[in-house]
Amino acid sequence: MAKGESVAGADIPAGGFVQLLTPDGERVDSVTTTDGTTYSVDFTDEEYRGLYRDLVTVRRLDTEAVALQRQGELGIWASLLGQEAAQVGSGRALRPQDMAFPTYREHGVLYTRGIDPIMPFGLFRGVDQGGWDPNEFKFNTYTIVIGSQTLHATGYAMGITMDGKIGSGDGEAVIAYFGDGATSQGEVNESFVWSGVFNAPIVFFCQNNQYAISEPLERQTRVPLYQRAGGYGFPGIRVDGNDVLASFAVTRQALDNARNGQGPTLIEAYTYRMGAHTSSDDPTRYRMAGEVEAWKAKDPISRLKTFLTKQKIGKKDFFAEVDADADKKALDLRERVLAMPDPQPVTIFDNVYPNGSPEVDAQRKAFVEYQASFEGSGH
Amino acid sequence: MITLGKALNHGLRRALENDPKVVIMGEDVGKLGGVFRITDGLQKDFGEDRVIDTPLAEAGIVGTAVGLAIRGYRPVCEIQFDGFVFPAYNQIVAQVAKMHFRSGGAVRLPITIRIPYGGGIGAVEHHSESPEAYFAHTPGLKVVTCSNPADAYTMIQQAVASDDPVIFFEPKRRYWEKGEVDLDSPLAGAFPLHAARVTRPGTDATLLAYGPMVKVALDAATAAAEDGRNLEVIDVRSLSPIDYPVIFDSVRRTGRAVVVHEAPGNGGLGAEIAARVTEECFYSLEAPVLRVTGYDTPYPAARLEEEYLPDLDRVLDAVDRSFGW
Repeated sequence: MAKGESVAGADIPAGGFVQLLTPDGERVDSVTTTDGTTYSVDFTDEEYRGLYRDLVTVRRLDTEAVALQRQGELGIWASLLGQEAAQVGSGRALRPQDMAFPTYREHGVLYTRGIDPIMPFGLFRGVDQGGWDPNEFKFNTYTIVIGSQTLHATGYAMGITMDGKIGSGDGEAVIAYFGDGATSQGEVNESFVWSGVFNAPIVFFCQNNQYAISEPLERQTRVPLYQRAGGYGFPGIRVDGNDVLASFAVTRQALDNARNGQGPTLIEAYTYRMGAHTSSDDPTRYRMAGEVEAWKAKDPISRLKTFLTKQKIGKKDFFAEVDADADKKALDLRERVLAMPDPQPVTIFDNVYPNGSPEVDAQRKAFVEYQASFEGSGH
Repeated sequence: MITLGKALNHGLRRALENDPKVVIMGEDVGKLGGVFRITDGLQKDFGEDRVIDTPLAEAGIVGTAVGLAIRGYRPVCEIQFDGFVFPAYNQIVAQVAKMHFRSGGAVRLPITIRIPYGGGIGAVEHHSESPEAYFAHTPGLKVVTCSNPADAYTMIQQAVASDDPVIFFEPKRRYWEKGEVDLDSPLAGAFPLHAARVTRPGTDATLLAYGPMVKVALDAATAAAEDGRNLEVIDVRSLSPIDYPVIFDSVRRTGRAVVVHEAPGNGGLGAEIAARVTEECFYSLEAPVLRVTGYDTPYPAARLEEEYLPDLDRVLDAVDRSFGW
């Protein structure tokens, strides 16, 4: 897959991947893959600093969410720890007109879309089902059933083609997020079939974080995931998912290919879920501490910080200011999460059907009367 | 006079004409016109982008319809046979039914899922089932079924025009039965999609049926009339929501009710209707609400389906039992 300087590193999986920033913070100028595509980035200092700020901020917000869950303020939380670069890199590669279909872990992508990070907290706090308007934010609602959103993304992408919105740099594209476990789902494979057959403008962005809750990658596949794409007739590419620069470059290219009418791409972002699957999980039961330590050395934030420091793009004051700003955002998030009102019980009956239902209406009426029967009774 | 199948074809044609966002998608719906020819000629007239031959994967048909609907389209999915809907069950129940609720009302999925259902055509396994209860049990879905060509023509257009997700069950053994259909009738002011209809007024007992069983119920009522029993027949039409006021009004007048459907009885629509009638019409009932249904077995081999399916005699037997109470 990836040739050139990047395959020399000791941390690269068999088959290679596109890497533009090593774990030691060394910049790789460019990587040319076997299909002749050259991946590189040409960021200004300000853009580098922006990516660093994104990474630190989404990790800090995630840390706050984990704390909120541990303090009983969230029912559950799906941490993105370790996957910040894959999410920020791919998210920043999206153009405003592009549509994203997340799982339930894409808090980093959500942040890069300019969305208030509190938006998914209703879901995790249990005050709503995570409801927002996908078309307003160009970011679909979180999907919890593994892999189902890949078909929604494919259908949406077919709609782009039907609307004539591909074939130019102004075209639209879709990115569908999912994990290594999802690649075993029939629906994900159907979305690959569909996208191939209809040449849909879609990028399948698989964050291979090595585990589906407790099950390691070898329980899902006996070939590298990016190679699956070949069987469906479109390109697959593996990228260092802990490298924000490579994640950006590869995703930007794949999205542009899609919007230009060249069809789908499968990106396997090779990364690691540093935390638990969710706050309900205990990873010490199924993986060794040494493995986690080895991945800590490939941390997406520390490598960018090393690079920025060496290049004098970021100095001590900058890093301190980013940390302070992230702390401030986290505190603000915490305060607003704690202030989220509990929903009114009668809202159970809202939005079951766009056109309503006499049966639901009758149950709402009976519910209200039943609730009212307790008023003043001290119940 | 046109067949029920042709009436559906005309209805779909009008839906395609009236709204450029309507797209039909499914296996063999294009060039072939569907295995029952319900979409015959539509791809030729509306193009491959409006009438889409899809890969052979039902979850894919419904799942991509969800994405198209988010994009602003109004998909009409064809599931080729009742027993083939289950690969799409996850998408229908976990996604189509819940996305409006999940999104706090922001997302509307105006998807119609057409399913030819029921037995009586001498088919092999998976081609004769009646899975309506699975869907009627799911909040967020609306479920309807037609029993005659005129309703087929109107109801399919109403289902497509509705912003609710609608599971549209088509009584496949009635596809070839003919009836008068006014193809110029306007949709506005038409008999409502979710209303039950008294198909045959009567005074002595109420027969409740839908889809392919309406004809059986009407035939039973004709036969009963020869014995001096004047049966009322209600075509339930909408299985979620059920139009209970019409049913309750009838049972309060007749005092007896028999529900007829092909699906197995256990946990079926008949059980729900019987429970609701008992709750609401208890003091009007002269006898328990009885059910005439398929048996609680998998659908049998074709040579046995005449014994499996409710027929005129079994319906009249239930009526006798009701009067004998």
